[in-house]
Amino acid sequence: MNIYLTALSAIVKREALRFVHQRERFIAAMVRPLMWLLVFAAGFRAALGLSIIPPYQTYITYETYIVPGLCGMILLFNGMQSSLSLVYDREMGSMRLLLTAPLPRWWLLFSKLCGSTAISILQVYTFLGVAALFDITVEPWGYVAALPALLIAGLMLGALGLALSSFIKQLENFAGVMNFVIFPMFFLSSALYPLWKMAESSPLLRDICAVNPFTHAVELIRFALYLRLEPLALLWTVLALVAFMLLAIWGYDPERGMTRRKG
Amino acid sequence: MTVGLQVDNLRYRYGAKEALKGVSFTLEAGAFGALLGPNGAGKSTLYGLLTRLFTTSEGRIEIAGHDLKAQPRAALARMGVVFQNQTLDLDLSVRQNLSYFASLHGLSGRDAATRIDAALDRLNMRERAGEKARALNGGHRRRTEIARALIHQPDVLLLDEPTVGLDAAARRSITDHVHQLCAEDGLTVLWATHLTDEVHDPDRLIVIHQGEKLADGHAGDLRGGADLSDYFLSLTGAQA
Repeated sequence: MNIYLTALSAIVKREALRFVHQRERFIAAMVRPLMWLLVFAAGFRAALGLSIIPPYQTYITYETYIVPGLCGMILLFNGMQSSLSLVYDREMGSMRLLLTAPLPRWWLLFSKLCGSTAISILQVYTFLGVAALFDITVEPWGYVAALPALLIAGLMLGALGLALSSFIKQLENFAGVMNFVIFPMFFLSSALYPLWKMAESSPLLRDICAVNPFTHAVELIRFALYLRLEPLALLWTVLALVAFMLLAIWGYDPERGMTRRKG
Repeated sequence: MTVGLQVDNLRYRYGAKEALKGVSFTLEAGAFGALLGPNGAGKSTLYGLLTRLFTTSEGRIEIAGHDLKAQPRAALARMGVVFQNQTLDLDLSVRQNLSYFASLHGLSGRDAATRIDAALDRLNMRERAGEKARALNGGHRRRTEIARALIHQPDVLLLDEPTVGLDAAARRSITDHVHQLCAEDGLTVLWATHLTDEVHDPDRLIVIHQGEKLADGHAGDLRGGADLSDYFLSLTGAQA
């Protein structure tokens, strides 16, 4: 096997092994979207009237509406968490080790991203499984069709996390990123409410939502779950992925000396 | 003489603060080089540059004949590194840790397995290969990291204060172990420390302080009749 693929598979495997050993992290990652789905959505169901919008062919419950958004949420949280854990010393050591491998840095970063995305996707499917137990389902083939959408969305959000991890010099905890990245991205998107609904309250907010890459990631997943392709969402998500990845590669460029603060 | 590691007029600054002010030294292949300096001398900056975590436009580094700037991957492939902070995945087994590292260097399958077994045998740890790294004590973790850094059979081994946090017995044993590796396998070693008792008389000693090289020679010659720690203190004290 070629050295690139050997390294890629080892990095993905390491993430998977670490994941298996961190059951608490897995459970915590499951509790969050399930709370939203089973508690928040149940409460909001009455408050929000949704009309029929694509890709849905019939009236849907609010729970059904937010499933793709919550898939996005899992990808978003995981993408941030796995990359931002690098900022801590504990993880920085293993990042140093990774970066001394005799491979181009962009490949190492990309491999790392693939590893964390694979774990995220596993969690999304677990979440979809639990949702199905509560009778919140999508098209049967939608579960398969969603895989490429989840992959692109997961890579995009992971790349954002990776880029942030190279720029945030001092991160005492996760809270700053929660407040300044995760919450705005999540709430200013179509994850919890369709954009037309948002437009009723504020056209400006709607416009912000419409440029938010997370909105497009969610829509890409939503349409895929119903066996449809939304080209604009795909384009936007891929563009964001490329942009964030380039930013991450630049952030980790040895000439920029991102790791030097550890020196 | 074959050059193992060459550092030529290396400079580095963090903003206005100059961390390395033109440091140069050459280690011939198979030499044990002790890089001695108090905390803040610039040792970690030097290791950051040597391992290409960051780069500088001033100065040059050559690892086993490969220029780190021109041929970074060839140079990194010839280098083994033991970082100051431990970098084992504690929840993974010893074998999984070694195997992950082997793959990063493109080693897989039977070749990797053979090398990992050899590394474990050298540590007398074959029977503990399935244990989680967390179960190992500090000394064994460090030994595992050293063995890991040697799996791809590098020419140069860089260690950044590898005995930090170890008790006296483990410290002695690790220090002797690496001296032995150097003597028996012809490995070029650069061992950073601020502890003079880790330096043996025949070792090449490079003293750095405040980003400058103060002394360079064989430890036994440099200290003359004096105790190495007295020599070191007088050298760095005079400059402080």
